[in-house]
Amino acid sequence: MTRVLATTLPLAGADSIGIAGERAICDRRGVLYFPELRLLTVSDLHLEKGSSLARRGTLIPPYDTGATLLRLQAVIADYQPAIVISLGDSFHDGGGAARMHSSFRERLEALMAGRDWFWVAGNHDPDAPADLPGETVRELAIGALVFRHEPSAVRVEGEISGHLHPCARIVQQGRSVRRRCFAGDGGRMIMPAFGAYTGSLNVLDRAYAGLFRRETLMAYMLGAERIFAISRSMLRPG
Amino acid sequence: MTEQPRLAEQNAAVHLPEPFLKWFAEKGWSPRAHQIELLAIAQAGQSVLLIAPTGAGKTLAGFLPSLTELAGPPRRRPGQAHRGIHTLYISPLKALAVDIERNLGKPVEEIGLPVTIETRTGDTPAHKRQRQKLVPPDILLTTPEQLALLIAAPDARRFFEDLHYVVLDELHSLVTSKRGHLLSLGLARLRSFVPGLQTIGLSATVAEPDELRRWLVSQNPPGGMAELIVVTGGAKPDISILDSEERVPWAGHSARYATPEIYSEIKRHKTTLLFVNTRSQAELLFQELWRVNEDTLPIALHHGSLDVAQRRRVEKAMGENTLRAIVATSTLDLGIDWGDVDLVVHVGAPKGASRLAQRIGRANHRMDEPSKAILIPANRFEVLECRAALDANYLGAQDTPPLVDGGLDVLAQHVLGCACGAPFLADTLFEEVRTAAPYASLDRPTFDRVIDFVATGGYALKNYERYARIRLNKDGLWRVSNPRIAQQYRLNVGTIIEVPALNVRYIKAGSKGSASRGGRVLGKIEEAFLETLTHGDTFMFAGKVLRFEGIRENECFVSNAPGNDAKVPYYGGGKFPLSTYLAEQVRIMLDDPQRWKKLPEQVADWLRFQADKSVLPKRDDLLIETFPRGNRHYLVAYPFEGRLAHQTLGMLLTRRLDRAGARPLGFVATDYALAIWSLADMGRMFRAKKPSLAALFDQDMLGDDLEAWLAGSWLLKRTFRNCALISGLIEKRHPGQEKSGRQVTVSTDLIYDVLRSHEPDHILLQATRADAATGLLDVSRLAEMLSRIQGRIVHKHLEQISPLAVPIMLEIGKMPVHGEADDTLLMDAATLVEEAMGTK
Repeated sequence: MTRVLATTLPLAGADSIGIAGERAICDRRGVLYFPELRLLTVSDLHLEKGSSLARRGTLIPPYDTGATLLRLQAVIADYQPAIVISLGDSFHDGGGAARMHSSFRERLEALMAGRDWFWVAGNHDPDAPADLPGETVRELAIGALVFRHEPSAVRVEGEISGHLHPCARIVQQGRSVRRRCFAGDGGRMIMPAFGAYTGSLNVLDRAYAGLFRRETLMAYMLGAERIFAISRSMLRPG
Repeated sequence: MTEQPRLAEQNAAVHLPEPFLKWFAEKGWSPRAHQIELLAIAQAGQSVLLIAPTGAGKTLAGFLPSLTELAGPPRRRPGQAHRGIHTLYISPLKALAVDIERNLGKPVEEIGLPVTIETRTGDTPAHKRQRQKLVPPDILLTTPEQLALLIAAPDARRFFEDLHYVVLDELHSLVTSKRGHLLSLGLARLRSFVPGLQTIGLSATVAEPDELRRWLVSQNPPGGMAELIVVTGGAKPDISILDSEERVPWAGHSARYATPEIYSEIKRHKTTLLFVNTRSQAELLFQELWRVNEDTLPIALHHGSLDVAQRRRVEKAMGENTLRAIVATSTLDLGIDWGDVDLVVHVGAPKGASRLAQRIGRANHRMDEPSKAILIPANRFEVLECRAALDANYLGAQDTPPLVDGGLDVLAQHVLGCACGAPFLADTLFEEVRTAAPYASLDRPTFDRVIDFVATGGYALKNYERYARIRLNKDGLWRVSNPRIAQQYRLNVGTIIEVPALNVRYIKAGSKGSASRGGRVLGKIEEAFLETLTHGDTFMFAGKVLRFEGIRENECFVSNAPGNDAKVPYYGGGKFPLSTYLAEQVRIMLDDPQRWKKLPEQVADWLRFQADKSVLPKRDDLLIETFPRGNRHYLVAYPFEGRLAHQTLGMLLTRRLDRAGARPLGFVATDYALAIWSLADMGRMFRAKKPSLAALFDQDMLGDDLEAWLAGSWLLKRTFRNCALISGLIEKRHPGQEKSGRQVTVSTDLIYDVLRSHEPDHILLQATRADAATGLLDVSRLAEMLSRIQGRIVHKHLEQISPLAVPIMLEIGKMPVHGEADDTLLMDAATLVEEAMGTK
């Protein structure tokens, strides 16, 4: 995959970065797009999390799947990717796809139509989603890039993963700002969680220990209108 | 007062049984008139409200009906194993219940009554609670949350079948909160168990006694009221405002200037109680006092964030009269006996006349001796406020907040609790709920929506039928669908939402924590404050200057800081906004130069200077000043409506000014004034009537602008979180695990966003908006103000800052600037990075 297309400019509010030599666009809505590959990747959709919790008596609003699909629809409309990779935990649990309301299922299928769609297996959804098209894979290698749900313990150049739901926090003028973020060191990238009800874990937490090169770690924090690239020295735990 | 005792003695003989008369005689006391009057009313089968000042023997009065009845022949019927609870006593504080157990035990023992008294609080061990269920005491002393738990138990009806009286202490402080709503529903339930149930309310003086009288009895038929006994009198307190030799500062809340003068008052008195409004003020004052404490007098600190063991030690020392002074926040406000306090010092303005009266009541806990108090204003506006409060106290003015309708989130919790106790019919429960005064005007469709919410979440998208928590059975009864639901309910009962807080633990300076985990816990501090600290920052807590070492899981590690100065100030803000009544008094005082004579000379001078340079607002006017300063233009308004209402006004005005092209940059709000700064010259814009001030302050800002601003506001998110927790949408606690504050916060914010965009009319959003209007936003007060000032706006376009504007201008930079500019902060951080990396 060394073929270089005419450079696509990032959309307003997105930042262009390099991962293991591939150029990618970090979108403030939490998706990563590789223009040369016409590939869009999104992680941790956690569809049907609401109904998953409802089963245990916590009756939070059943609109999360709808909200997540709506946002996904918007980015797909903007980038028109040929390939979509959902990086695991696409559903909050193994029964999620089966529980999904028929109207949501139809919307999801419409999004999938006409593109190559990969479901990477996650810890929440190790098996293929029931009755949905697309191909379910453990991991996927495209050119210099490897797509998998959980970041591997040994450093892998060009690895794109999710699972940890990274966020970052800074303090400016006595005020604290916490946002979801992409976390990357130029070699590997961990994606923010995309789902409407997904929480997040600070990129300085012990769970990330050893995953990044400290010197080059950057948090690409999601702003209302653009991405903010913040270096490790500015970041705060908690 | 001379005639009354004799009359009371005659009456006492009629109503009091022999052993009681003997006991009073042995003590050399005679029953007070109101005690006998209350007894007579109770004996006639009526409920009653007793309003009396501190030290009037309220507690004994409240229990006399129970004690005299229990002194009679045993209630146990032949063959009956145990008698149930006779009297339920409910107080807002655990400590109060414990205190009453002690105080009541004494007369019971001395009279030789066969009466058992026990407490039941969150601290009561499980085996004792179990035993209480089997062998209930005659008198059970408890809290509103424990009552909610008791009525949600399957045997509740049987447990309460012998109940005669419910005694409600400190009723004035209970009724204004959601705890009061939950308690009113609990009372309604008890009345349905025991139709003849009598209530006895004990209260400090309130503005509208009739509201409390209705609260105490069933509102079916509507408007029913308990009998009323008011004890007036008590000696007038001797209150003064500190006439300082020092210069009273323009702004700030520390009253540091007065420390030497406060210290000499402490030396002159036996025991001094020092009240402040916030925890940070308490820390600061304590620190300052010790700095000048040459005689090393025993001066202690007491506030709600300190470790419990520490607080108990201070309370004990206080009871034993071994302390000379104690610096306290509101934790000590309520009626606990605190030994021989002979002076109350109030640092900072009291914010409400009623609160002042109550705090001062702490000195000399005997009704017939005057209490002595000194007010210490922390800044010049507070001098005005203290003066107004002082005049109000002599007038006996009262400004307790009006009661509001019961919260729907609280009702949802209660409905689930009822179902946990026993299956219910919707019709019956609806009628029962409406007997509680806060829910008297609840309509049936709303009630049905609450039931629907409890059952399946009440969403338009009917997705959760199969996960229902309660289900309607064929017999028309609603039942809990699963025993696990009841277990979860019991863990999450109550309406007190704690602010996420972390333990503060001592470690050795510089160590990373793991090696020295064993350090002492000093107390708890809000996560929101800790988040703004960096490693090495110093701050004040638990009477010490501490160095922030870091956060690990649920703990904040600190070490002793070298030196005495804390780097990071913590402005907790006034907890209580200025009361409407007091605000009006301040406006009246400003308008009347005659009254300035009572003010300290330097403050009167300040006002005269203002009259000279600008103008003083008339009592019903709103003064607006505009002036340039540096490269900014300022607008300062003086509504005197309290910080919350000003904050809301500030948000709305900046939106409008932005639309008008004034390019506003930020604003700050205090209890007295509001300052907005902008790039464009607002003064000139107002003069050109583009826009006019009348249009800018038009009441229509409470319509669309409010809605639009509210939608994304963190204020509403915080309110929503409380409603979500109270209503049981989200659990505070789950069996076997405690969710951390952060997890709860994150998820309720996300839920709020999703719910607002998909079902904006959901009942929980409705409850949230209702709460915000009276709570954090104080919209109701803002609305009153906007209608009052129509056609009465006075605009002064000045060359430079006016004397009256100095205090709020000094707040700029000290207080967080309001606005939703988080992205700007991110931008700053990102720019710094770009500069450092040379990428741009």
